[in-house]
Amino acid sequence: MDTAVLVQSGLTAPILLPLIGALLAFVMRRWATPIGLLSVVALLGSVILQVPSLFADGPQRLAVGGWGAPLGVDLYADGLSVAMLLMTAVVGLGISLYAAAYFRDTPARTQAFWPLWLLLLTALNALFLSADIFNLYVTLEILGLSAVALTAIVGGADALVGAMRYLLVSLLGSLAYLLGVALLYHAYGTVDIALLAERIAAEPATWAAMGLMSAGLMLKTALFPLHFWLPPAHASAAAPVSAALSALVVKGSFYLLVRFWVELFGEIAGGVATLLGLLGAAAVLWGSIQALIQTRLKLLIAYSTVAQIGYLFLAFPLAVGTGIMAWSGVLYLALSHALAKAAMFLVAGNLLRFGGHDRIADLDRVVQRLPLSMAAFALAGVSIVGLPPSGGFIGKWLLLQSALTEGRWGWAIVIVLGGVMAAAYVFKVVGHAFTESENPHQAQPVPATMEWVAFALAAAAVLMGLIVSQPLGLLEIGNPFGIQTEGAAP
Amino acid sequence: MTPAVFYALTGLGLFVLGLYALIVHAHLLRKILAFNVMGSGVFLVLAGLAGRTASGIPDPVPHAMVITGIVVAVAATALALSLMLRVAGATGRVRLPDEHER
Repeated sequence: MDTAVLVQSGLTAPILLPLIGALLAFVMRRWATPIGLLSVVALLGSVILQVPSLFADGPQRLAVGGWGAPLGVDLYADGLSVAMLLMTAVVGLGISLYAAAYFRDTPARTQAFWPLWLLLLTALNALFLSADIFNLYVTLEILGLSAVALTAIVGGADALVGAMRYLLVSLLGSLAYLLGVALLYHAYGTVDIALLAERIAAEPATWAAMGLMSAGLMLKTALFPLHFWLPPAHASAAAPVSAALSALVVKGSFYLLVRFWVELFGEIAGGVATLLGLLGAAAVLWGSIQALIQTRLKLLIAYSTVAQIGYLFLAFPLAVGTGIMAWSGVLYLALSHALAKAAMFLVAGNLLRFGGHDRIADLDRVVQRLPLSMAAFALAGVSIVGLPPSGGFIGKWLLLQSALTEGRWGWAIVIVLGGVMAAAYVFKVVGHAFTESENPHQAQPVPATMEWVAFALAAAAVLMGLIVSQPLGLLEIGNPFGIQTEGAAP
Repeated sequence: MTPAVFYALTGLGLFVLGLYALIVHAHLLRKILAFNVMGSGVFLVLAGLAGRTASGIPDPVPHAMVITGIVVAVAATALALSLMLRVAGATGRVRLPDEHER
């Protein structure tokens, strides 16, 4: 009895804590910051408490309200979902501490930020825990709407136009996804992922649903050539919001693609995996070239996100042969990218606060003036480039290994080339940070919290490369990559 | 053709019409309307294809989904409309600028 209650609160806490926090922060506006920080700390605690029981008892399933799968909404947590929850909670805590300092002097933005940010965390956590494709649609919409509203917080034409474009794209993606859900429900009479996995068969309704849902999620994940909305939205938002969008929000829809691919569509997809991989390869090359030619730091980091998202899609064709290794590599890459990219956007926020601009050529010896921030940028760069010993290195190494064991040289070349170009755009920024610029500017002080948070996240991205066995062990609990469906056989 | 299939095909038609309008029209209000047309199309597919039991009573689950979907659509439309007003206030125009104009 007692353990049942514990399991129940353990699974629902990551959803309820930020939701309650969001409502309280909205009602008690003057206390928004302490309420927000408390909710996020409690959220991290509840996720960490979840890990030991996961290692001990394996994946957990909870029928909310006791209704059960065909009618009710089930929550499900395996290693993959808990790893994503941990990523969200850790990066979320960093962004929250940063935001508390960043918005300190603008009470109106503080009051707008916290409820939306906590709602975004609610939506992400619910997305990682839902086992029901219709409930996932609802979480996707909450995620999209709160992300759009957060983008618009700073006001100004750039941010508003970026947010509007983001909203249109996000809604289009959700509607395509929902049409896919409608077709799957009609064909198989259930929206539960586990039941669908048993019943799904290779037939036109499934293919249509797969196309619609994948296209919608690819649009939301900003896979090339559907990435056009990402750089303006991610670059024009406030620093903590940019970090949240690039580090966490795109991972939500990517997580769903992986989940569906592994559990539903993998066996009936045919050549679609190769198509996804080719788009990913194009994203790596195009995103890196665009990042190289940007003159503004935030746009450079945003295009780097386009390139790194491309890496995530290289796993789809590689997983056909080497399965677990490619999926683990790509998820490791996703987790360490979240830490590193959040750190980079927070550093960009520090530089913007410090110099009043983010033109790369005018960085003007910031290494001497903001040493901690530049160290954070360099460390995050180590992981983005994929140099050892960093989380990015482990992820790219696993991907490279699965490409090489299959003898697929094309994919291997893309992986290496993307790393070289990433090194070029990271060093471009670091180089300008050392040199004196022609237009020196009035410097503004940057709160110490904002520097230390960025540094801590970047250091964590590098540390991910030193503790490999625990995260990989966590990812394999519940064997999310071994589940194969039997329905597709005949 | 059964009525159910007819409704579903109509729904698909609305979805495609909405998608076309979304791409073709530059005015933001028309884009927002286009989304609502697409959404109605999806709801029609859901309701039209709802399975029927032996006694002819339709399956209630898709109807619950449609109601949830309508709530989401209302919230999204409200956000889109207020954002549109803010964009119009900031840029003086009710459409998105081209990438090349900036």
